[in-house]
Amino acid sequence: MVPIEHVIALSAALFTIGVGGVLIRRNLIVILMSIELMLNAANVALIGFNRMWPGIEGAPRMDGQVFVLMVITVAACEVAVGLGILISMFRNRDSVNIDEVNLLKW
Amino acid sequence: MVNGATEESVLRLIPLLPLAAAAYHGVMLGLVRRPTPRTVTIAISCGAVLASFVASCVAFWSLIQHPNGSHLLVDNVFSWIGSGVGVHAFSADVAFLLDPLSSVMTLVITGVGSLIHIYSVAYMDDDQRDDKGFQRFFCYLNLFTFSMLILVLADNLVLMFLGWEGVGLCSFLLIGFWYSDEWNAYCGSKAFIVNRIGDFGFLLGLFLLFSSLVDVGKPAVEFQDIERNLALITEATLAVPEWLGGGEWLLVNVIALCFFVGAVGKSAQLPLYVWLPDAMAGPTPVSALIHAATMVTAGVYLVCRMGFLFAVAPFASMVVAWTGALTAVFAAVIAIAQTDIKKVLAYSTVSQLGYMFLAAGCGGYTAAVFHVASHAFFKALLFLGAGSVILALHHEQNLENMGGLWRRTPRTHVVFLIGVLTIAGFPGLSGFFSKDEILVAAFASEIPGHTWLYGIGLATSGLTAFYMFRLHFLTFYGESRASADIREHIDEPGKLIIYPLYVLAFFAIFFGYAGLPQVWGDLVFGVDNSNSLANFLMPTLAVVPHNQLDHTTEVWLAAAAITAGVVGFGFAWFFYMMRPQLPERIAAALRIPHQLLVRKFYVDEAYDLLFVRPLVAISDRVLFRVIDVAVIDGLAVGGIARLVRATGTNLLRHAQSGFAQTYIFFMIAGAVAIVWILLR
Amino acid sequence: MGPIEPFLLSFVTFFPLLAGVGLLLIAALASWIGTKGLPDSLWKSVGLASTLATFGVSVRLFVEFDATRTGFQFVEHLSWIPEYGVNYFVGIDGISLLMVMLTTFLVPIVFIASWDDIRESIPTFVFFMLFLETGMLGAFVSLNVFQFYLFFEVMLIPMYFIIGIWGGPRRIYAAVKFFLFTMFGSLFMLVAVLVTYLLHFEQFGALQFDLVSTTGESKALLDTVIPLSGQIVDGEPVVWWKTQTWLFAAFGLAFAIKVPMFPFHTWLPDAHVEAPTAGSVVLAGVLLKMGTYGFVRFAIPLFPVAALEFTPIILALSVVGILYGSLVAMVQTDIKRLVAYSSVAHLGFVMLGMFALNEQGLNGSVLQMVNHGVSTGALFLLVGMLYERRHTRLISDFGGIAKPMPVYAAFFGLVTLSSIGLPMLNGFVGEFLILMGGFLAHPPSAAVATFGVVLAAVYMLWMYRRVMFGPVTNPENRSLIDLGLREKLVMVAMAVPILWLGIYPNTFLLRIQPSVIELLHQVEVRTALTTLPSTEDVALLAAADTAADPAADPNREPQP
Repeated sequence: MVPIEHVIALSAALFTIGVGGVLIRRNLIVILMSIELMLNAANVALIGFNRMWPGIEGAPRMDGQVFVLMVITVAACEVAVGLGILISMFRNRDSVNIDEVNLLKW
Repeated sequence: MVNGATEESVLRLIPLLPLAAAAYHGVMLGLVRRPTPRTVTIAISCGAVLASFVASCVAFWSLIQHPNGSHLLVDNVFSWIGSGVGVHAFSADVAFLLDPLSSVMTLVITGVGSLIHIYSVAYMDDDQRDDKGFQRFFCYLNLFTFSMLILVLADNLVLMFLGWEGVGLCSFLLIGFWYSDEWNAYCGSKAFIVNRIGDFGFLLGLFLLFSSLVDVGKPAVEFQDIERNLALITEATLAVPEWLGGGEWLLVNVIALCFFVGAVGKSAQLPLYVWLPDAMAGPTPVSALIHAATMVTAGVYLVCRMGFLFAVAPFASMVVAWTGALTAVFAAVIAIAQTDIKKVLAYSTVSQLGYMFLAAGCGGYTAAVFHVASHAFFKALLFLGAGSVILALHHEQNLENMGGLWRRTPRTHVVFLIGVLTIAGFPGLSGFFSKDEILVAAFASEIPGHTWLYGIGLATSGLTAFYMFRLHFLTFYGESRASADIREHIDEPGKLIIYPLYVLAFFAIFFGYAGLPQVWGDLVFGVDNSNSLANFLMPTLAVVPHNQLDHTTEVWLAAAAITAGVVGFGFAWFFYMMRPQLPERIAAALRIPHQLLVRKFYVDEAYDLLFVRPLVAISDRVLFRVIDVAVIDGLAVGGIARLVRATGTNLLRHAQSGFAQTYIFFMIAGAVAIVWILLR
Repeated sequence: MGPIEPFLLSFVTFFPLLAGVGLLLIAALASWIGTKGLPDSLWKSVGLASTLATFGVSVRLFVEFDATRTGFQFVEHLSWIPEYGVNYFVGIDGISLLMVMLTTFLVPIVFIASWDDIRESIPTFVFFMLFLETGMLGAFVSLNVFQFYLFFEVMLIPMYFIIGIWGGPRRIYAAVKFFLFTMFGSLFMLVAVLVTYLLHFEQFGALQFDLVSTTGESKALLDTVIPLSGQIVDGEPVVWWKTQTWLFAAFGLAFAIKVPMFPFHTWLPDAHVEAPTAGSVVLAGVLLKMGTYGFVRFAIPLFPVAALEFTPIILALSVVGILYGSLVAMVQTDIKRLVAYSSVAHLGFVMLGMFALNEQGLNGSVLQMVNHGVSTGALFLLVGMLYERRHTRLISDFGGIAKPMPVYAAFFGLVTLSSIGLPMLNGFVGEFLILMGGFLAHPPSAAVATFGVVLAAVYMLWMYRRVMFGPVTNPENRSLIDLGLREKLVMVAMAVPILWLGIYPNTFLLRIQPSVIELLHQVEVRTALTTLPSTEDVALLAAADTAADPAADPNREPQP
């Protein structure tokens, strides 16, 4: 058995990498991938916690697993929308550089 | 209705008939497109006032027949305003009170009113400057009669105030009857606004009286209840604020003075007389009815009605007497130099009203009422006569363009002469008796300076004779100074104009014998209790202690009055009949005093400069432009708005950079901060 | 009308909105099946018909109202969010009855008056007017503070659009100003409402927004003891935001802005001038009454001691408002702006009478709310009629209007006189009672206010003279057409209450009277309740009393 601390550490590391990516990188594709990384960090944590509270015999607890499936679905949708925006942005501006998209301000 | 067809319910007919006529005219004018035929208008208007006169006579008859001798009829129609319970309870009813005082007034109003209505039919027929004006005129005239009757018949102060304001309104409407003329409209509003200043005093007095009666637990606004409970507050005092000198004033004095302010406004006394001369812009019958016979005497009526209050307020009475005396002489002096026939009569009215206040202030309430009635007759006669002259001369009012009219208009000349003789105090005519009573009252009173008051009164009677004869001579005698084309068309007006004058002339001559002073009753006619008017009025009017005069003194006083009149007549004869060029030369020699008189001592100009202009200027430049627009809206409201905007543009907008990553950074920083605070 | 019998009040309140929503649905349906939607005239007629029906039902309320009873009538109480004490709770007493009547009377008149006036987006206009009517009525009948707040705010929305869409050239500025001013004040009120709610919870352990309790046992906001500043509660001095003083100030600010009292009045001239005639009439006629009504219904009974504390300030502001409003009105060049400033003066009278806190003053004050609604409403209608013809409101553009438009001049004259308080017309009765009440409570301020009567005559008559009298100098005025049938109808309808209230005000005073007495009673009871000293104080007082007067009963009611 992998101890829960290790799982949390992995999840935290993945999440931090994801946050760093979102904050630092300029390329929208990389940012999207970083967001995926953050979501997967959450998924790892969910799986870990689910294993930590397995429930009683005959009525196993599957909440964490279910949530992970949910997150994966949402993430897929999100990527679809995100890539859609990305493509339309590239068409309009010939760039996927996020620095150049700051229309939404005063 | 409260009480079926009792003998009292005739009272409500008196004011309601003219009101019904006015309402009919109003509805026809406002909502029906087709004009009403003149005959219908005349029939309804004059009919209503005549019927009201008949009702007044019936009411008068049942008053003197009244079994228990209380001489009081009360007709309670309905409860008008009721508010509050217990000691604060206030209730004002539409209730009419007929006592000797109000019956005299009612008879005068409906009687003279009927005559003037009839006269107006002819006068307005000739002069009719806009569509539907004829009916509009009679609508206003009926409305006025209604208001005036309410004023005198009201059994409480609030209903009286209704009439009080109502006559002011009608006066406004009728002065500005020819509204297309800027000047007439101006004069109308001036009359209303100056009257409103008086009403302000009336209201203050009413509230002060009511609240002090509440303090003693007897709230009331009915005259009879006030009279009954007044004794409870006669000793009360009012603390005067420091900036007015401090100390304590007798409450009744303050209340009486407040009411007197109302009377001053309505009756055109110093310093609020300015509206009455300008009121002559209205049609002449209006001047006769409203600005001579009835409305302007409302102030005198108020003082007499509230006589029980003034009788216990010595200081206020003194102020009334002095105001009256000063106004009398002041207006008489101005009247000397006026050249407009109606202006002369207007100032003479102001002066005669001053007489009435002189009498009322000296406690001679009977004399005041007597003069109100006799003045109503002879001044209406004079005004209507002047109207006849004006019609004959095709709307010429300037004395400088008259003269020699007695040949062309002999009947007008005769009745006008009767009016002039009456006002000048020719022995035996009504004006002589009533004025005599006033001078006697002033002489016999006990207020400080009463001999001075008498002296002023006597001098004024000399001045009155002078300016009235001047008016008469300039109008009817000498060479005609009218322009040639007018001179050829001078005609005596028709019967409808002349006959009312005859009736008025009759009363001007003989009315005096209704109130014949006892001295003449004893010495000349040998009648006991000759002053039936005074005996009739006795139960209603307050009695003020005064010195008793013997008959010899009274005869001497009368002789003095006659002498003053003769002197006045003599001067007028000398200046305007024997040496007609002399007045002009005197005027040229004394240019400054003469100008002062002609311009009426520049009182209007002074008021304009002292009150009107500063008020408008301050309101506009300071209150509106500075306080409202600049300070409140600009600085306070606008300031807050600008502050918010400045914070946004200079500070907060930089947070909205448009970079998604900045936002995410702040979001994560926030999340971290929250987690840190929670786990701390 | 059998089935609506128990819901008469709700029917009156919501019928306009239901009619509006129904129209919207039908219009949607119609455009869905392919027509061009409903014709404008249908919108207008249905709108008018529904407001007339509302008025008809409210007349029934007026007739069936039992003037001999105190307390609320036609009460309906339904749970809405019971966990938080939010209920649907309506009922009227004499005061709100008159306000309801005023509202239901003015809205159909406004419909008729703006029949040809509004030419763009008529359906929207009709819907907003109906929405507005429900909003106003809802605020007047609400007895649940949460519900009141809801309606108080919700009526801003239609009014905002009415000014903003159909207004004059500076309509957006005026609409935003109006919205922000009112919103600013009512947020303070919201906080105060929540604090009062909290105090109630602390004292009774129940969450309750109802103003009065429906049954004997249950407690409502009016049973809450609201501490005074400096009082000791549970051994500690009370925090400032829980004191009557601050809570009243917060309520007072919201209502004073709405009234509007000097110096919070500057939104009013702008809103009035820019609003279309319909907006001005409703704004002046009803919306301003929301402020004065709020004082009577909520601020004074909830915080009576603070109301007394604030009385000098409010009296002073009222008197200043009367004189200031009159003087500023006098120098206006725009008729509508003049009328707007005259409103400031008139509402000064209303506030003066209210804070006289005696029967005369309060009776007059409530009556004057109605009077002002009718008279000023009528003035705005008349100004609107003139504006429709000449597209200007500057006094200097007119002169001699009485010549081409005599009937118009006559009605204008009548309304002018009613506005300056001529006896036998409505304005007098209210003003008279107010001044009388003022004199009984505070003579100096009432005396100064009485001078406002003179000033009213000055500014109104001066305007009237410059507009109506004199020669017709401007050739454009020569061919003006006098009032048509529709306009005459409107003015006759307005003349009815003007005369009725002036000649026989007792119809209305009788209904106000019990509620006013009840209000004064409530103030007395709640003052006694709040100023009950703490236990130590009672002991001290008793000691002092026995020392002074040995016969005194130590357990007697402590005097406030």
